[in-house]
Amino acid sequence: MAERGAVVEGLRAYRLIAGMWVRSSMTYRTSFAVTVVGNLLLTGLDFVGILLMFSQVDRLGGWSLPEVAFLYGLSVTAFGFADLVLGSMDALGARMRDGSFDVLLVRPVPVLAQVGADRFALRRLGRITQGLAVLGWALSAVDVEWTAAKVLLVPVMVLSGAVIFGAVFVAGAAFQIVAQDAAEVQNAFTYGGTTLLQYPPTVFGNDLVRGVTFTLPLAFVNWVPAAHVLGRPYPVALPGWTAYASPLVAAVCCGAAGLVWRSGLRAYRSTGS
Amino acid sequence: MGAGRLYLAVAAGGFRRYATYRLATAAGVFTNTVFGVILVFTYLALWEERPGLGGYDQAQAVTYVWLGQCLFATLAIQGGGAEKELMERIRTGEVAVDLYRPVDLQLWWLAGDLGRAAFQLLGRGVVPFLFGAAFFPTALPTDVARWAAFTVTLLLAGVVSFAIRYLVALSVFWLLDGTGVNQALMIAGLFFSGMLLPLNAFPGAFGEVVRVLPWAAQLQMPADVLMGETGVAGALAFQAGWAVVLLAAGRAVQSAATRRVVVQGG
Repeated sequence: MAERGAVVEGLRAYRLIAGMWVRSSMTYRTSFAVTVVGNLLLTGLDFVGILLMFSQVDRLGGWSLPEVAFLYGLSVTAFGFADLVLGSMDALGARMRDGSFDVLLVRPVPVLAQVGADRFALRRLGRITQGLAVLGWALSAVDVEWTAAKVLLVPVMVLSGAVIFGAVFVAGAAFQIVAQDAAEVQNAFTYGGTTLLQYPPTVFGNDLVRGVTFTLPLAFVNWVPAAHVLGRPYPVALPGWTAYASPLVAAVCCGAAGLVWRSGLRAYRSTGS
Repeated sequence: MGAGRLYLAVAAGGFRRYATYRLATAAGVFTNTVFGVILVFTYLALWEERPGLGGYDQAQAVTYVWLGQCLFATLAIQGGGAEKELMERIRTGEVAVDLYRPVDLQLWWLAGDLGRAAFQLLGRGVVPFLFGAAFFPTALPTDVARWAAFTVTLLLAGVVSFAIRYLVALSVFWLLDGTGVNQALMIAGLFFSGMLLPLNAFPGAFGEVVRVLPWAAQLQMPADVLMGETGVAGALAFQAGWAVVLLAAGRAVQSAATRRVVVQGG
């Protein structure tokens, strides 16, 4: 029961802090509009890169442009939601260094909620918008025999994917507590992860695919379920039910990230400055 | 103290400043290596489908990727070098202190930025490059003269990169806030430098245009000189031409800014 109370309390605090940052960013409306557009363009560059590649070829790793766009839309949208909710966690290293993390610890509010909502930025909607646009186009362009299960799998992928990326953000933040400052290492897994998943698994070496399937299960954000939807063979042999296992994987990732976060918090030692 | 020694000291200062953050540098090396691996696999797939795209074979495409990761921080391709600090100093008005100094403002910032670039190259760029050369097939020359020419193109690339960012930073004298121009700088840098795809492989007339813009002096020229895809003299002339034009434009904007703009601050 106490656990439940903490969750409700955390969500309430998150809402309040995020609301404060939204109001503050809305003070400069033009600047806000410009940064949303800029964010949209910046995150869209990866897709421009993919379009440039497809201006020279018809297939990449055996996958067509709409199929790659399907992967891209799923990866970017799922990552976009995780980034909107927890994207400021990569700024934790700076708080470690200047000692302002101590302030968060003495407030009667769950630390995770404070860190997650810190500098909450609605401009990150740019990435989600862009991802959804590409996903929408891909859905209309891919050649798929849609069944009810496959249709349902699309929103399930986006949600589970967002949770899996969220878990990576939280685990990365815990790592920053231990390493003091290594935001770039976290970027390698978050931004690197979403970039990796924009391309077909057949492009990558089998060891790499196995690694992101079994060790750091990013493959369940889109690769495994999307290969099933598109009827493409997955480079690593998996039983059929795994195409629907993303929510389960997301739940396990959440649990693991929670444990890592707690042990990270316990290991925290203030810089004292 | 001679002027040359002064700017050398400023450059050394820039080098040492960035050398302080060892853990952040190590983390950056890791990230560049991860991104390099992802890009290499996508390029290998692309070049398997279209052998000889942009005049490169697979080994050359791989070399291009690792050179890109090596120069990404060095040339501040998406920004984040001296211009970031200069913008902040213009915004807060601290730039007034810089204008007092009996030194040339542009050369002062250029020296500091080249010092930063030298550190980023040695501390952050070399390791991913060696990693790439060790684990993937690359096309590196054994000819010493080629490496010497490559080193000169790197220096010129650093100057062109700075000259672009200096111009952008000066715009803050009028705009007062650098958020928007920083974003534009980032997008243009990533796209026109060929971080997404070698500029050689850009299609049609668009490719023709992209290959003569100043950003082509940053990654494409050093890569092509290293891999013997272009004449050394032509590449150096292209880079030096843009360096002179952009630095001159920077001076013109700078004198306009210092003549008619009121420094901020209270």
